[in-house]
Amino acid sequence: MSSDMRVVIVGASLAGLRAADELRRLGFDGPLTIVGDEPYEPYDRPPLSKAVLLGIMPPEHATLPARTDLDAKWRLGVPATALDLEDNRVVLGDGDSVPFDKVLLTTGVRARPWPKPEESDLDGVFTVRTLDDSRRLDERLSAGPGHVLVIGAGFTGSEIASVCRERGLSVTVTERGPAPLVGALGGVVAAVAADMQRDHGVDLRCGITVARLEGDGQGRLRRAHLSDGTALDVDVAVVAQGSIRNTEWLAGSGLAAGPRGVACDAGCRAFDLNGLVTDNVFVAGDIARQPHPLYDYQLIALEHWGNAIGQAEVAAHNMIHEGLHRRPHLDIPAFWSSQFEVNIKSVGIPTYSDQVVVSQGSVEERRFVAAYGFRGRLTAAVAFNHGRWLDFYRGLIESAAAFPPDFAVMDRTDPWEVRSSELPDPAILSHGPTVSVTGHLPTERHVEFVSAPK
Amino acid sequence: MSRAQLLERITDQSNRANPYPLYEELRETPAALQDNGSYLVGRYYDVAALLHDPRISSDLHNRRAGMPGADRADNGGPAFIRLDPPEHDRLRRLTTRQFGPPHMPGRVDSMRGELADLVSTLVDNLEGKDRIDLVDDFAYPFPVSVICRLLGVPREEEPRFHVWADALVASIEPTRDSDSDAKMKAAQQAQMEMGMFMAGLIEERRKNPGDDMLSGLAADHHDGGLDTLELVTNSIMLFIAGHETTVNLITNGMLTLLRNPDELDRLKRHPELMPLAVEELLRFEPPVHLVPQRTPIVDVEVGGVTVPKGSPIVLALASANRDPERFTAPDRFVPDRADNQHLGLGSGIHSCFGAPLARLEGQMALNELIRRLPNPRLVEDPPPYRPNPVLRGPRHLMVDCG
Ligand SMILES: Cc1cc2nc3c(=O)[nH]c(=O)nc-3n(C[C@H](O)[C@H](O)[C@H](O)COP(=O)(O)OP(=O)(O)OC[C@H]3O[C@@H](n4cnc5c(N)ncnc54)[C@H](O)[C@@H]3O)c2cc1C
Repeated sequence: MSSDMRVVIVGASLAGLRAADELRRLGFDGPLTIVGDEPYEPYDRPPLSKAVLLGIMPPEHATLPARTDLDAKWRLGVPATALDLEDNRVVLGDGDSVPFDKVLLTTGVRARPWPKPEESDLDGVFTVRTLDDSRRLDERLSAGPGHVLVIGAGFTGSEIASVCRERGLSVTVTERGPAPLVGALGGVVAAVAADMQRDHGVDLRCGITVARLEGDGQGRLRRAHLSDGTALDVDVAVVAQGSIRNTEWLAGSGLAAGPRGVACDAGCRAFDLNGLVTDNVFVAGDIARQPHPLYDYQLIALEHWGNAIGQAEVAAHNMIHEGLHRRPHLDIPAFWSSQFEVNIKSVGIPTYSDQVVVSQGSVEERRFVAAYGFRGRLTAAVAFNHGRWLDFYRGLIESAAAFPPDFAVMDRTDPWEVRSSELPDPAILSHGPTVSVTGHLPTERHVEFVSAPK
Repeated sequence: MSRAQLLERITDQSNRANPYPLYEELRETPAALQDNGSYLVGRYYDVAALLHDPRISSDLHNRRAGMPGADRADNGGPAFIRLDPPEHDRLRRLTTRQFGPPHMPGRVDSMRGELADLVSTLVDNLEGKDRIDLVDDFAYPFPVSVICRLLGVPREEEPRFHVWADALVASIEPTRDSDSDAKMKAAQQAQMEMGMFMAGLIEERRKNPGDDMLSGLAADHHDGGLDTLELVTNSIMLFIAGHETTVNLITNGMLTLLRNPDELDRLKRHPELMPLAVEELLRFEPPVHLVPQRTPIVDVEVGGVTVPKGSPIVLALASANRDPERFTAPDRFVPDRADNQHLGLGSGIHSCFGAPLARLEGQMALNELIRRLPNPRLVEDPPPYRPNPVLRGPRHLMVDCG
């Protein structure tokens, strides 16, 4: 495929690298530029909260090898600061700009920092998203801190707490919700996660937030004040309160890009602000908000490794194919996590549910599958140390199977007890209105951003 | 012959050398009902789905009376390969604790040196010979030594184990023939004798533990540990599974490479490709062709065909591996094939327990053989095959060298 088409990929991580690799594999031989603000070649993030933090994987081993010779121009260590869709250029932080015919946006997310800068600057306060983050925290954990505080018990926070316990460190976890992982898995399964943490000696405090981090006068963290009025002496605090999508640089580009991500169609083509699909701007990975037909075509952003790969491959394909030769991204979402000696695996979207049932195995033994349903249809399944069964559930989800499942399976001793999946009210997670429609004549009407109410 | 007789033709010795056309015929139907009541399944996506289906049992107690295998439900004791969760999970977990991560992450890796020594000594012994039998001179003794070493079975006892293993393997069959009862009797006898021997060995390891798996299993009281019957049964199973399959992997591997001299040449120049080549061998000529002992505990649908509860399901892994719906040019041996999610080691909860060891043995054996055998040539093609249709591989593989 001899081509003069210029492709630029912004974001040099999992999705960006995978797309570049796929473009070359599919025979694209035109000029390819990859822009990334981190100074490193692409690396792999899942080990950063697992093996790297345990000290059993040197950070430099968390690499992402390209499968083909990419023959790409790398612009590393410099951020993209704007996307100019009138001139089709990516503007870079060093004043340079790179012209393109097709562009792929894979700028992912960053860790949500501790909101008060004077507190987040204290020595001992960490987030974990990048290689440097993980390396620094590993160093600090190796030095044997007295007490570690993990703020937020999502997947990252829970994994870090698990690592701390495995290293023999004493750790407190605070979680605003009623249990760890509740936002992703719902209350029923999250209760199991809470037991796991406590069984492993974590001082888990739910329904609690951290009000203030206090320094010792020399700029070192020394104490955390909690919302219930108590205080804890800590020398390390890991802030694991979710992420912020790296979309600010797209403000003014005219794309439907905002705090929830960049909206795109099932073929990874970005929508502009008006909801029109673009033909030369593609999105993949953690920043993409994509409709999934099985989930009512809702625009969903997923921070899963496999999602980044799947979208990157589809985006690459569609950048060099037209019309009917384009492909939709229809993978069933899936992710994994390992914590407290349990391998958690998930297929489907557990938050897209109203009910849950333990369909196989034993919760007590931490060896089970929980199936999730929404209005009588199976929408997700989560396995604790039972991941080898999930392909079966993937098939059920794909075929829109009924919920609760109405068949016998091996190894199910309890009667099927269908319960509310206990997901937090989605309104709590909402970002509020972000756009308004202006203009009166049909030729004038268009969408504009509004700043979200504080 | 009608399609209903497919299973019979697959098990027929005269088709052993090349069952692949039969598998092609099998793939025309999603689930082919056989005269003996079994359903034969050979399409990739169907086989893969059934391997992950929690309604499909590996316990013969779930077979309807009168169905093949139903009378064998009580044979052989509680080996986890023949059990369902939760018993399966407990036994496999306890056994894994002595074999791999997270409890014993270094077990297989720590055997590399020993494996390399074994391989090179065996090839030393082939040196200077004009004609060798790759099975008897290499592919059999190598994995047997490895599994003896791993489990802690004294190497001198191997000849007795060989006889027992043969009897046990002969009884694994998806159909009955006139000898079936005799084979069954012989297998029971072998199981009993081998069990008594193992029990003695385990007793001995309890007193004098070594760094082998039997010692580890006997001493592990995690989760209540394994009782003696469980220990004996599962160590017999590991012994059998640990070498009968690897023999085939190595022999099928050499056979395939000798049939594809260009690829052999390439691998000789690029030994680093061998891990990929072994994956392709596991797809192209898998050591285990059929999984004969699955049974649905409720009616299940396979590609539109309803398989009634209690019916035997025979999963044709080797057929799935050649399904053109899944693999491009499935009948070609492509050592560096991309996206090679074969079913050669099974999948799901019963996927091959010893996979990391089998892979390593295959890679080391084949690399050393092609590196050192001078100008190897097949004496006869096809070679004579062992009678077993499940664990399929050549009985002898005569190779001329020099
Ligand atoms: C600690 C940790 C553990 C994880 N564990 C798991 C797991 O167990 N299972 C799982 O499924 N997923 C896991 N994930 C999620 C998974 O790693 C992500 O889904 C994946 O990294 C997404 O890839 P991406 O390329 O879309 O985004 P990212 O990996 O976030 O990459 C985006 C890149 O773009 C760069 N960038 C941002 N803005 C700009 C700009 N303006 N100009 C240039 N470059 C820019 C960023 O610096 C970054 O390098 C984990 C993530 C983390 C952080």
